[in-house]
Amino acid sequence: MKKLLATLLVAAMAVSLTACGSSESGAASGGSADKGSSEDTIYFGVNYELTGANPIIGESAIKGIDMAVEEINANGGVTVDGKSYKLAYKALDNGFNTDESALNTQEFADDKEILAMVGPNDSDMCMAGSAIVEEYKIPMIAPWSTLVELTDNPYIFRCCFTDSFQGYILAKYAYDYEDSKTAAVLYDMSNPYNEGVASNFKSAFEDMGGKVVEYQSYNGKTGEADFTSQLTKIATAAPDILLLPNFYEEIVTQTTQARAMGYTGKFIGSDTWGDTSLLEWDTENLLEGSVWCGHYHKDVASDAALKFIDKYHETYKEDGDPNDIVALNYDSVMLLKMAIEKANKLDREAIHEALNSTESYEGVTGNMTWNNGNGDPTKSAVVIKIEDNEFKYLATVEP
Amino acid sequence: MSVFIQQFINFLQLGSIYALTAISFSMVYGIAGLVNFAHGSIFTVSMYMLFFFSTYLFTVFDSSWLVFAVALVLGSVVMALVGMLIERLAYRPLRSAPAVATVVSSVGVGMALEYLMLNLFGSKAKRMPALIPNTSITMAGVVVPLYKILIIIFAVITMIILSFIVKKTKLGTAMRAVAQDKKAAGFMGINTNRVITSAFVFGAVLATIAAILYVSAYSIFTYDVGDSINWWSFIAAVIGGIGSIEGAVLGGFIIGAISIVAPALLPVSSYKDIVLFAVLILVLMVKPTGILGKNSAEKI
Repeated sequence: MKKLLATLLVAAMAVSLTACGSSESGAASGGSADKGSSEDTIYFGVNYELTGANPIIGESAIKGIDMAVEEINANGGVTVDGKSYKLAYKALDNGFNTDESALNTQEFADDKEILAMVGPNDSDMCMAGSAIVEEYKIPMIAPWSTLVELTDNPYIFRCCFTDSFQGYILAKYAYDYEDSKTAAVLYDMSNPYNEGVASNFKSAFEDMGGKVVEYQSYNGKTGEADFTSQLTKIATAAPDILLLPNFYEEIVTQTTQARAMGYTGKFIGSDTWGDTSLLEWDTENLLEGSVWCGHYHKDVASDAALKFIDKYHETYKEDGDPNDIVALNYDSVMLLKMAIEKANKLDREAIHEALNSTESYEGVTGNMTWNNGNGDPTKSAVVIKIEDNEFKYLATVEP
Repeated sequence: MSVFIQQFINFLQLGSIYALTAISFSMVYGIAGLVNFAHGSIFTVSMYMLFFFSTYLFTVFDSSWLVFAVALVLGSVVMALVGMLIERLAYRPLRSAPAVATVVSSVGVGMALEYLMLNLFGSKAKRMPALIPNTSITMAGVVVPLYKILIIIFAVITMIILSFIVKKTKLGTAMRAVAQDKKAAGFMGINTNRVITSAFVFGAVLATIAAILYVSAYSIFTYDVGDSINWWSFIAAVIGGIGSIEGAVLGGFIIGAISIVAPALLPVSSYKDIVLFAVLILVLMVKPTGILGKNSAEKI
């Protein structure tokens, strides 16, 4: 018995060792900080999801941030009190791990050079550092986190709509446009984002008169890949539509298994569907005809957004258009620059005040108006349909 | 009724994969006396091997069956070499060191392999080309995907062959002798080093077989796919009695059963992990060596 206990202890140690290992590799990935001229440089912190379960998030975020920083510096930097400063960031990877995310936030909070933070993007990562943000009064812009309660924290602002809006749009679309009277949900309960979309969809759909026949969950943190038990239940209940408010690669696994288990209805998704990798992985075109709710689409983009999309292609030479995360991170940095100039002072509290008093901002993802008494902008969303293995614009929904 | 049959097949398929990975974990422990935490990463490496082989092979052959077979053979050969190499570099120099040292070494190997995959092939998920045609069979009114049936059959055949090797061949007898008592086996003229190496080779080949069945079912994977496999196979091996092959199979199927039955019956499907770990604790309380574990065979 004792020996076995020792084995288990060693096992526990080994696991914690592995965890340390990933943190080490996380901190090692440096930012584009220019150490030579720190006097003329304004730094902000970037806490992003580079490694871990959803690397698409971090890779996209840093692209958007790089584009914005480059553009700002090419156009004379940030002007504060008549002096122009270079804008730079320090980046820390959180590995899609809440502990790391909190540690990164603490590191930025302690670093007096850091005036503000952009990111994290994922709601779970944002919530992990939220208490530190508030304690150290460091203004933070969450580009992509739609979790409703996030902006209860007065120091957090965001550039996107919230889950209650998203859940309502998805329910409305399912009920009115797809004529679905019954729905099912399969979501990852280990992330407040997935849970937020799922519960907001459920209550909105039921308010409209629809019925959620199955409300199934799983624990994504254990790296689960087998959803057949839940999907068999869902397939047996045979709903008209199935909501999958989950992260990229899981979606294709889930739709494949749903069809294999005999589900014949439609699929609907949230803003985590917004990357063309989804279409790449969907080799059997199971997502054809599915709809998801996104932040912008090039078909209805403003001139500024079109310029941004061109610039993206020029910089990164990629076939796919920049996804929501790239665009929202770009907007976040631009918003931050505006706030720093408005504050006209290199001080966290002044920047916070400036963000607080900002009323509207025209970003590439559309017009944002902060009139809700907190960090949430009022902002439109787009409904996107997957047709011919492409993301096609369907409609814009105003709040 | 049809739901019951469908869930039963879901259970058999998931259990088969867990059982295979648990066998390979348990075998290395039984013979080499090592809790091999690099196991999950070996699984990951074999996944990438299979991915590259089958992607290439689809340009050569038309038949997905042929691709499946050739990719599996090539993958197994490469992974057997990898298994041998790991044993030679990371474990053999520590043969006389305390058991804890080899465990730490195995964690190191696991991390090195996982991050090597991350650095070489990136963090973006890969989609495996379909190795088993996406068709379903209707049996007694139940629609069952072909891949599920084939995974179960393939896993069972693998287990039968393995138990034949362990029970009936000379190498198998030597393996059992080394598992019982390394020193005494050496005195009897068994080349223990060679037997231990062969345990790692078997472990790596089994991981490759498990990997090809895994991607046939789940098709999308990332560099950290082995992390959860590491956990589940370790837990399955412990429940069944670590070191025992039959125990690993039993443990694998118990985990498979809970993973399917718990979400189907519980009001909140994600509570299944609570059930799973409650069962683990119960088993360890009643029988600390695992269900089929032997009392005397503890090595650490």
